[in-house]
Amino acid sequence: MITLALRRLFRAAFTFFVIVTLVFFATRMSGSPLDFIIGEGLSAEDRATLIRYYELDRPWWDQYRAFLGALFDGNFGLSFIERRPVSTMVAERLWPSAQLLLAATAVTLLLAIPLGVVAALWRNSWIGSAVMSVAFMGYAVPNFVLAVFLVLVFAFWLNWLPVVGNGTPWHFILPTVTLSAAMIAAIMRFTRNAMLDVLGQDYMRTARAKGLDEGRVVVKHGLRNAGITILSVVGLQIAALAASGSVVVETIFAWPGMGELLVNAAIRRDYPVLQFGVLTVALAVILINTCVDIAYTWADPRLRRSGARR
Amino acid sequence: MTAFPMIARNTALGAFWASGDRIQRLALVLGAALALAALAAPLIAGFDPTAQSLISRLRPPLGFEGARPGHWLGTDELGRDLLSRCLYGLRLTLSLALMGATLGLMLGGLLGVLAGVAGKRIDAVIMTAVDTQIAIPFTLVALFMLSVFGSSLTVMVLVLGLAGWEQYARILRGEVMRLMQMPFIEAARAAGASPLRIALTHVLPNVVSPVVVQFTLSLSNIILLESTLSFLGLGVQPPTATLGAMVGVGRDYMPNAPWIVLAPALLILAVTFCVQILGDWLRDRADVRLRAR
Repeated sequence: MITLALRRLFRAAFTFFVIVTLVFFATRMSGSPLDFIIGEGLSAEDRATLIRYYELDRPWWDQYRAFLGALFDGNFGLSFIERRPVSTMVAERLWPSAQLLLAATAVTLLLAIPLGVVAALWRNSWIGSAVMSVAFMGYAVPNFVLAVFLVLVFAFWLNWLPVVGNGTPWHFILPTVTLSAAMIAAIMRFTRNAMLDVLGQDYMRTARAKGLDEGRVVVKHGLRNAGITILSVVGLQIAALAASGSVVVETIFAWPGMGELLVNAAIRRDYPVLQFGVLTVALAVILINTCVDIAYTWADPRLRRSGARR
Repeated sequence: MTAFPMIARNTALGAFWASGDRIQRLALVLGAALALAALAAPLIAGFDPTAQSLISRLRPPLGFEGARPGHWLGTDELGRDLLSRCLYGLRLTLSLALMGATLGLMLGGLLGVLAGVAGKRIDAVIMTAVDTQIAIPFTLVALFMLSVFGSSLTVMVLVLGLAGWEQYARILRGEVMRLMQMPFIEAARAAGASPLRIALTHVLPNVVSPVVVQFTLSLSNIILLESTLSFLGLGVQPPTATLGAMVGVGRDYMPNAPWIVLAPALLILAVTFCVQILGDWLRDRADVRLRAR
C-alpha cells in the first residue's frame, strides 16, 4: 500500500516536471517576451538594461535552472503589468476559487449521486428518462451559454440575484449553479452506469433473497460497491471540469479567483502571472488526481491487498 | 453494377435512420440543415457580415418595435446584420472544429499506431505524453498557447488539433496491439504480405469504427472549446467572429439588446445538441454489446 502511494507520488512529480519544462520552453519559443512589454520607441541602452534585469541574456540552461529553482523558493518575479510579486497575486486568488469549488462540489455530490441512483433504479420508467434528459442538457449546454441565460433571466429580467463579485452569500448562487451543472451531469451519468453494473450482480440477488429490505440492499450492497468506481471518476472529472469551468465562470461573474486571473493574464500577455498561475493550477489538479488514485486503491479491498492496478 | 454502391449506401443510411428515436432523427435533420446553412452562408446571408451601419445600430429582430426591414434577427452594436453574422459565425465555428478534429485524428492516430507497432521505448515515450496531456485540463494549455503564440486562425486550428489527440492515440494503440496478436495478421504475414499491405488492408478496416465514433465525440468537445475560448476573447480576433465570440462581445449589451447574445447562444446550443446526440447514437450503433442490450 505504501509503496503504491509512493509510486503514484513519484509519477505525479514526474508529470509536473514535464509540464514545467514544456511551459518554460513554450514561453521561450515565442521570441523575447520583452518585445511585448517594451513596445516601440525604447533606446537600445534601456533595452539592454531590461534584458539584463530579466536575465534574458543568459544561456537557456541557466534560465531553465533559475526557473526550476523558483519552484522551490517561490520567487517568480513581478507581474509585467501590476508590478507586484506573482506569488502574492496568485496567493490572494486561491481562497476565493477554493470557496467556489467547494460550494460547487458539495452541490454536485448532494444532487448527482442520489439522482444517478434514481435513474438506475427507475431506468425503464418516465422518472429515469426525465432524470437522464436533464443530465443530457447539463452535458450539452456550454457553461458560458448557461451563465448568459441565467444572468439574463435572474439578474436582468427578474432582478433577483447579483452577478458581479463575491460579496455576499447571494453572490454564490449563479456561479455555483453554472459551475456544478456540467459536473452534475457527468457524475450522474456515471453513477447510473456504475449502479446498473452492480444491480445485475449475484450478491444483490443474495441480499434480497435473505430478506433485506430494498433500501438497505440498494445503499449497503449496491451503492457501496458502485461507490468505488464512482469515486475514481468524481476526482478526475471534478478536477478537470472545475479547472476549465472556473476559468469561464469566474470571468463571467467577475469572481476574484484563479480562473479570472489566468484569463486576464492571457489576454494582457502578463507572462510571469500566466506561467505561475498555470503551474499552480496544474499542480493542484495533479495532486487531486493522485489523492483520488490512492484513495481509490485504498477503498477497494481487492486492490489494497494485491497492490495491482484495476 | 454502377447502381450497387448507391443502394448499399442507401440501405446503410436507411438502417441507421430506422435505429433512431424521434429526438435522434430530429438531431440528424437539424444537424444537416445547420451544416447546409453554414456551407451556403455566402448565398443565404443578405448582408456583408462585417459591413457596419451606424444609423441602424442595435435594432431588434423583425416583429419588435424599431426593427428595420431586411434585418431578420436585428443588428448588433455596430449596425451589422445579425443573421448574416450568425451564418458566417456558424460557418467558421464548424470549419475550425472540423479542421481541429482532423488534425487531432492525424496526430493522435499516427502516434497511436506508432506506439502500437514500434518497440517498448517509443511506446513508453508516447504514452508518457498521453498521460501528461490527460493530467492537465486542456483549457489551461489552450489559454497558455493562445497567449504566447497570439490568437490567429492558424494557432487556433493547432490548439484545437492538440485537444483530443491523446484519445485517438490511446484508442488506436490499444486496437493495433490487439489486432497484431490476431491469427489473421499472422496468416497474412506468413503469406508474405508486406507491412504496408497488412496495415492498409488488414488493420485499417478494423479500426475505422472506433475512430469514427471518437471523431464525432471529439467534434462536440472541440466546438465547445473553440466557443469558450472565443467567448473569453482569446479566439479569432474581430471583425471576424465565431459564434462564441459573438456571445462574448454581445454580453456588454445584454440588458438593452438581449437578441445580440440570444441568437448566437441558441445557435451554439443547437449545434452542440445535434453533435452530442449524433455522437451518442453512432457510439451506441458501433458498440455491439450495447446494441444487444
